[in-house]
Amino acid sequence: MMVCVTAKGPGPKDPAEERFGRSPYFLFRDTEGGEWSAVANEFADAAGGVGPRAAQVLIDRGTRVLITGNVGGNALAVIQAAGIEVYLYRENGTAGDAYQKFTSGQLKKFA
Amino acid sequence: MRLVVASGKGGTGKTLVASNLAAVLASEREVVLVDCDVEEPNAHLFFPSEEKTLPVLTDVPAFDNSRCTHCGNCGDSCQFGAIVVLKDRVLFFPAMCHGCGGCELVCPEGAITMEKRSIGHVAFSTPRSGLVLITGVLHEREVMSPHVIREALAYASGHDLVICDAPPGTACPVVETLEGADACIFVTEPTPFGLHDLILAAGVAEVLGVPSGVVINRSMGDEGSIRNLCRARNLPILMTIPFDRGIAEAANSGQLVTDRMPGMKDQFLKLFTRASALPGVR
Repeated sequence: MMVCVTAKGPGPKDPAEERFGRSPYFLFRDTEGGEWSAVANEFADAAGGVGPRAAQVLIDRGTRVLITGNVGGNALAVIQAAGIEVYLYRENGTAGDAYQKFTSGQLKKFA
Repeated sequence: MRLVVASGKGGTGKTLVASNLAAVLASEREVVLVDCDVEEPNAHLFFPSEEKTLPVLTDVPAFDNSRCTHCGNCGDSCQFGAIVVLKDRVLFFPAMCHGCGGCELVCPEGAITMEKRSIGHVAFSTPRSGLVLITGVLHEREVMSPHVIREALAYASGHDLVICDAPPGTACPVVETLEGADACIFVTEPTPFGLHDLILAAGVAEVLGVPSGVVINRSMGDEGSIRNLCRARNLPILMTIPFDRGIAEAANSGQLVTDRMPGMKDQFLKLFTRASALPGVR
């Protein structure tokens, strides 16, 4: 199952990012195993319409779970329609910490 | 002639100047006042009168689900994030759409046709003899204010004398209002904020080649920094409105100072004469 964590940098040791649409990086990891992969968010500094376009990035990679701090209305509409589950991580840890908390069932499901 | 009243900073007295100017000129000739501050138009508060309205329409795509193969071309082509294509359906966010029609062009299945959607309206009234008020109104949650401004201005085109109450700021809505105008009056106030934003706004008019002058509002006689700037930028000071309780009371109760204070009418007529005589005004 493909999981996406929003992050301030391209690796799991970089801090987790609270914002979804304007997150600098999207980090992907398959729960079945494998390496982390990173996608730089080309919409991080765009003027508007970032939420749905960022959601499209997740959809294109077959994401089933998103771990982030907050999701805006338009992005949430897309994410829910695509059947992606959202889990909230609002601590000051790394993206890797956020992923660990998710896999050990410590994160709360959003909406 | 099309004359724009702008400011950069909000709340300096654009609507006060534009409304009084239009009212005094209307006693001599036909004037159209266009409220281009479509996100919060309020010139109508000075001119309570019965309005007629027409919708402002924009193009939006309609998707034929029986033809759509969910190839994603439309979503990829949209520069505004208004279309997201899932495996089994298309999600469309109308308020983010700019109506460009790019999605219709790139759809290989002919599944997209453009339809009309209302994003605002234009209101028309004739509050006093010689004066037509045209008000552009952008509806809540909508973003395309330049489209509504363009439409409001189109209804005024062809008239001899058009006065525009511009939105604050220096971005697209102001550019839309200023572009192609014959002259611009910047209303400023003697505060660091009024001065700072005047510099920005005057830069916009300069780039657009619109001859401009300045009205100093709420003057307490100590606006040396504004005068220095105007001298350096070659911006003539066309009028000074004093910081006066009578003016504030008239404006705050929705009345025109030119109706309440006899001397003001001549001052606004002079303002128009000076603005018309700005170097470069046709």
